[in-house]
Order: sequence, then C-alpha cells, then structure tokens
Amino acid sequence: MPVYNEKVMDHFMNPRNVGEIESPDGFGEVGNPVCGDMMTFYIKVKDNRLEDVKYKTFGCGAAIAVSSMVSEMAKGKTLEEAEKITPKSVADELKGLPKQKFHCSNLGAQALNKAIKDYLSKKKTKGGKER
Amino acid sequence: MQKVYLDNTATTPLLPEVREAMMPYLEGVFGNPSSLHDWGDGAREALETARDRVARLIGADAEGIIFTGSGTEANNLAVKGLAMAQQKKGKHVVVSAIEHFSVLHSARTLEKWGFEVSEVPVDKHGTVDPEDVRKSLRKDTVLVSVMHANGEVGTIEPIGEIAKITRENNVVFHTDAVATAGTMPVDIKELGVDVLSLAGNQFYGPKGVGALWVRKGVRIMPIIDGGIQEGGRRAGTENIPAIVGLGKAAELARNDMARRIKHLAPLRDRLLKELPGRIKNVVVTGHPRNRLPGHASFCVEFIEGEAMLMLLNSKGVAVSSGSACTSRALKASHVLIAMGISHELAQGSVLFTLGIDSTAKGIDYVLETMPPVVDRLRQMSPLYSKFTKASKGGK
Repeated sequence: MPVYNEKVMDHFMNPRNVGEIESPDGFGEVGNPVCGDMMTFYIKVKDNRLEDVKYKTFGCGAAIAVSSMVSEMAKGKTLEEAEKITPKSVADELKGLPKQKFHCSNLGAQALNKAIKDYLSKKKTKGGKER
Repeated sequence: MQKVYLDNTATTPLLPEVREAMMPYLEGVFGNPSSLHDWGDGAREALETARDRVARLIGADAEGIIFTGSGTEANNLAVKGLAMAQQKKGKHVVVSAIEHFSVLHSARTLEKWGFEVSEVPVDKHGTVDPEDVRKSLRKDTVLVSVMHANGEVGTIEPIGEIAKITRENNVVFHTDAVATAGTMPVDIKELGVDVLSLAGNQFYGPKGVGALWVRKGVRIMPIIDGGIQEGGRRAGTENIPAIVGLGKAAELARNDMARRIKHLAPLRDRLLKELPGRIKNVVVTGHPRNRLPGHASFCVEFIEGEAMLMLLNSKGVAVSSGSACTSRALKASHVLIAMGISHELAQGSVLFTLGIDSTAKGIDYVLETMPPVVDRLRQMSPLYSKFTKASKGGK
C-alpha cells in the first residue's frame, strides 16, 4: 500500500482511543456515509482539560488514521488548545496525506471541535455546572 | 504468511508458456513487420500467427482482428471509430449504464462531437433488459455497445438477444468482451455481434495489448492516424512481443478453458455461499448464478472497502473494491449505483476475482481471514454501533 506513509499506516493498523464514552460531556458527528466518511467524537472534560477522547469512524484508511491522530493530539489538552487542532495540523502531524484524501477524509478535527462546542453549549444551558 | 492473489480482474499473471513464446521477439527477432526484407518477414509471420490464434479464440476470421495497445484502446476505437464512420447515417449511440469507463467516456466524447447518447438501465442484478435496448433505438441510431460481462459484479449480459434486435434494426452492435474473452466461451457467431473487444492481461497474457474484431463490411474510422498497419485501421509499429504473447495466451485459453472453468466455478461458489454465512449483513452483488466463472463480489454493510482492502493486504490477501474511497475520483462505483445499491452500501464493496492459481486452501484462508477483518472495522464503525443499538431495541 504505497499511497500512505508509515505514520498513517501505523495509526490505521493500530488506531488509538477507539470507542465510545457513556454519557460524554460533549459529542460531535461529521460527514455522512453517502459521501464516504463519517466520524463521531466523544469527550470527557475535567478542569477545562480533555480528560478522555474517544471516537468511531466509518471510512477509508486515511479517515481512520486521522481520527486516531486527532484523539492522540487532543487528549490532555485544554479546550482552548484543542480547538486549535485543524485538518492541516492533523495532516502535518501524520507527515502528510495523499492529496485526494486531504479534504474528504480529514474530518477528525471538525468532529472534535463539534464535540467541544457541544460541551460548551451544554455548560452554558446548565449555568456553568461542570459534570 | 500465506499469499492469496484474488484480484485477477485488475490483471492476471503472465503464464510461463506465454513468456517463453514472447522471448525470441524480445531478443533476436526484432524486425518491423512492415519491412520487406527477411527481418521484416520474421516479425510479420509472428504477427499473422498471433492474429490467427486470437481469431480462433472467438471463432472469427483473422482478417477482422485489429491489434491495439489495450482493451481500453479497443473500446475507444470501437465506440468512436464506429460512430464517426457512420455519422452521415445518424448521430445516436446506445450504451448500457454499467459499461467500463473506456466505453462510457468515449460516449461522452462523442457527445462533445455532436452525437446523442442513450444509456439503458440495468436491474438489481446488473442485467440489461434487451427490450430496453429495443426501446432506445431510433432512426438515427448507428451503434449499440453493451458489455459481455461486467468485471465489477460479474454479471453476464444477454448479448445474443440484444444482437437479434440490433440486426433486425440494422444497427452495428459492439460488445466489450474484455472480462469474458479467454475466460469463458466467446463465439462471435453465437453472440451475433458485429464488433468485439478483448485484452491480453485478462487471460494470462501480457499487459499493454488488446484486440478489436470487426465484422467484414462494417466501417470503422481509425482513431490513431499514421501508416497502413492493421489494414489502415490502427497505425503505429506493432508491439510484436506483446502481440505474440496475446496470441499464445489465446491459444492456451482455448485449449484449457473447460478445465479452467471447472476449477474456478466451485471455488467461486464456495465464496458466494460461505462468506455471507460467516459474516452477517453481507450481500452478494451481481447475478447470483449467471456470472463470470471466477468472480465473487459483495457489499459488506457498515464498513468501507479501502479499509477492508488494506487490512486484507496486511494478511496477505489481494482484493479490490468499488468504494468511493478506492477510486481516484472519490466517486461510488457507477455500476453499483446503476443497480440501485445505496451510496452507503456501495462503500462496503469488495470483490474476489479468482485465477487459475487459486486453490481451495487459499479460499479457506480467505474465509478465515475475512470475518475478523470485518469485525475489527465494524467495532470502529459508528454506523454499526447505531445498528446494534437499534436492533437491541434501544434508541
């Protein structure tokens, strides 16, 4: 499989942090199966930090590697730091993705950000109470 | 680790006998068949022997064979060349929705050149209804092109019935037989077609060589201009080693065909029957019975084909997929979509195409390897998670 580099292959073959979180603090879903890829991210927040990040991914090798990479990059970061993760920074951390995969499969950062927004909006409605 | 190659639709390996037949033309006999000296004679004899052998494979006359650089080129020459040669008669062409891109994109080019193209649909098994072809014919129809069998879902089309309709209506009929010629019996008299394409690397010949057979009296315009090679219908110095290889492969395929099919069909049937038995939510794509002898294709729900392909490769198994992610264009297979399969399910496309080297042991290995690969990807899939929660009665 020469199209993916070693690091992408490593994250595809041994994806980190796969799974779901029961009653997560934030949840984000992007993509849809019609266009090929779909990712769901679950986060647990403690003291403004991402204590746990989990995900499930429907998609190609790149989509799975991206999700894994995002989870690794985000875990332990503050919300502000995690919000700065972008498709570009994920691709850079993976040492590059094939050109045609950059847009369609690189949805991990977006899904994570959605989960963070979900957490923040829930927090707002609950009057700042942190679970 | 066991290595199991099940991607013979991409290309078959080269048979040692074919390689042997080619070697003299890579080493010693180097002449140009158009030359009038002894060097040219040697090459010309080889060229004409190959032409005879290819013709015999499909029960045709040698004069009708035009050698090309690939099956794709043969299809381009057929669709563009037959339409352009008849444009005074009319500018309407009929193709099926599941043709190979070399036919579909040639038809698209014809549209740019002022032709109109009608696409006939297929049913859920990928079969063309000959009556749909009849309905699509017009006074200005000059060409119908329907493939003999589809390489992605394995379905064999009712070419003989379509040929009756085109003959009644005096329309030229081309069939792309790249998936069938050399693999199963192909006889131009039985099929009743006017023009037929085939390719060497589908039946243990070399890559980069194909052929188009054109019935005597059918007019075709060349798409490559130059010298008078191939009766003026395909210019350019002939690729003698490859053509010799194609001829040898055709001869071997013809002599060995019954045995090959007897070997392949039971292995295919095991895959078709046992894989859906071992993995839930798997559907067979294409026709359940009327299909290519070595072709087993499926859609696996909730997961994507490229990921499946990569994990199988890591276990030593080579397959292919029609998922959007595996195509460079990132589009779901037009074949699966034309059969009414959803984009979501089409993402889980996987095809196993067997060859003469395939063994029962290899199929056992695939049947063992596939379930954990599918399970692993499903454990990661949000779609599967939604499905299992819904089927447990939760929301």
